[in-house]
Amino acid sequence: MEKPKVAWYWCASCGGCEESFVDLAERLLTVFEKVDVVFMPVAMDFKKEDVEKLPDGSITVSFINGGVRLEEHEEMVKLLRRKSQIVIAYGSCSSWGGIPGLANLYNIDEVLARKYLEVPSVDNPNKILPAKRIKVKIPELQREVELELSDILPKLLPLDKVIDVEYYIPGCPPTPDVAWNALQALLSGNLPPKGSVIGASSRSLCDECPLNDTKPEEILLKDLKRPYEFIPDPEKCLLVQGLICLGPVTRGGCGALCPKANMPCTGCFGPLDNVADYGGKALSFIASIMDYSPMEEEELNKVYDKIPDWVGTLYRYYLAASKLGGRVGLAKSKLKGEVAEV
Amino acid sequence: MSEGFEPKIVVFACNWCTYAAVDLAGTSRIQYPHNVRVIRVMCSGRVDPQFVLEAFNRGADGVIVAGCHPPADCHYSEGNFKAFRRFTLFRRLLDSLGIERERFKLEWISASEAGKWVQVVNEMVNDLKKLGPLREKLEVR
Repeated sequence: MEKPKVAWYWCASCGGCEESFVDLAERLLTVFEKVDVVFMPVAMDFKKEDVEKLPDGSITVSFINGGVRLEEHEEMVKLLRRKSQIVIAYGSCSSWGGIPGLANLYNIDEVLARKYLEVPSVDNPNKILPAKRIKVKIPELQREVELELSDILPKLLPLDKVIDVEYYIPGCPPTPDVAWNALQALLSGNLPPKGSVIGASSRSLCDECPLNDTKPEEILLKDLKRPYEFIPDPEKCLLVQGLICLGPVTRGGCGALCPKANMPCTGCFGPLDNVADYGGKALSFIASIMDYSPMEEEELNKVYDKIPDWVGTLYRYYLAASKLGGRVGLAKSKLKGEVAEV
Repeated sequence: MSEGFEPKIVVFACNWCTYAAVDLAGTSRIQYPHNVRVIRVMCSGRVDPQFVLEAFNRGADGVIVAGCHPPADCHYSEGNFKAFRRFTLFRRLLDSLGIERERFKLEWISASEAGKWVQVVNEMVNDLKKLGPLREKLEVR
């Protein structure tokens, strides 16, 4: 019998999702025994043409990580959708935009200026910004070539805003165990309904956190703390200690890695089932345990002031998939069309 | 701002105070703009910020969450406390997400304050007419 064909593709991602696959270690060998890889830019030299030549629907599963940021990504994921029976959004970026989705708070001009001009580690004396077409002189060859860049989309989009997605594997990145569980489910063909999250838990992170036993029935906080302010007691629920731990509203499956290392959950496994907007849910939960009455508005605001970036705290991995999708009223800007000389 | 723009306003009104005030405004034959769509909830503490985000997502130009006056009016003792804590933080979130202050209000309106209800609606309708529709700003693509 012919082995199932599998493709891996990356959009706007950091490489951590590929890394998580490599972290399967020996288990990866058993995966490669059972499947034929037809496309995997990170490790193998197949080209877009190779995918185009495949009959429609001939790839059994495509794993796509990263959010859709460029027109190139959009084109590639649409191609893979046509060629695949099952498309999987692999990791938080692909599922909900992830960290790169936080760029949806800014206009493209601001994003490019930050990346290419303002960041302290950038050395760009001629202030060159990416352009649609760029002329590059190559002295060695005594000629000039023109490069065309893929245009940037005004907003980063989660994969399911661009193409139909069958399943989601969450995590930033998904842990090897989660990836393994998902692969097992796929290879066995024992799959939940379309649109489900696979590989992870259906219960909240608290359910698998060793500190859960120390979480009281009701938590009320007078103060919020940030992790740098103190060393938390490793035997006590982090939330009770005033840290914003998003465990109660976040899907489990990671094995509570962060709380076990004394760091609060930042929500990379995303929402539980039937949550419409992760950030809204997280806000609702954090705010409701603040022990202040409406007569103490000033005091409450002082506590809220301690967290400098609420969007980044509540929507760290979810902004692009949120109900508002980012900051409203962003300009419809794209790359400048003019030719820049390098 | 578009000509003849009529803003859509979604109101989450608590059963015990604000909804009664809306009723009172009606039975007292007080005129006010038809831009509001009132959704009765048992308590302002029942209103999840997700509801408000959903309303904006589905085309509301403004949202009002309204409940009983603190400290002592709440039928469930502290439901409005929860609403206060949530929407004080939610307001900050909306600031960062570019939703103007005029588009979201947390109001305390008691069962007898039909006049205040009408005033709140009038103010928001006027403010939103100046701001224009939210829909255009949501759609970037």
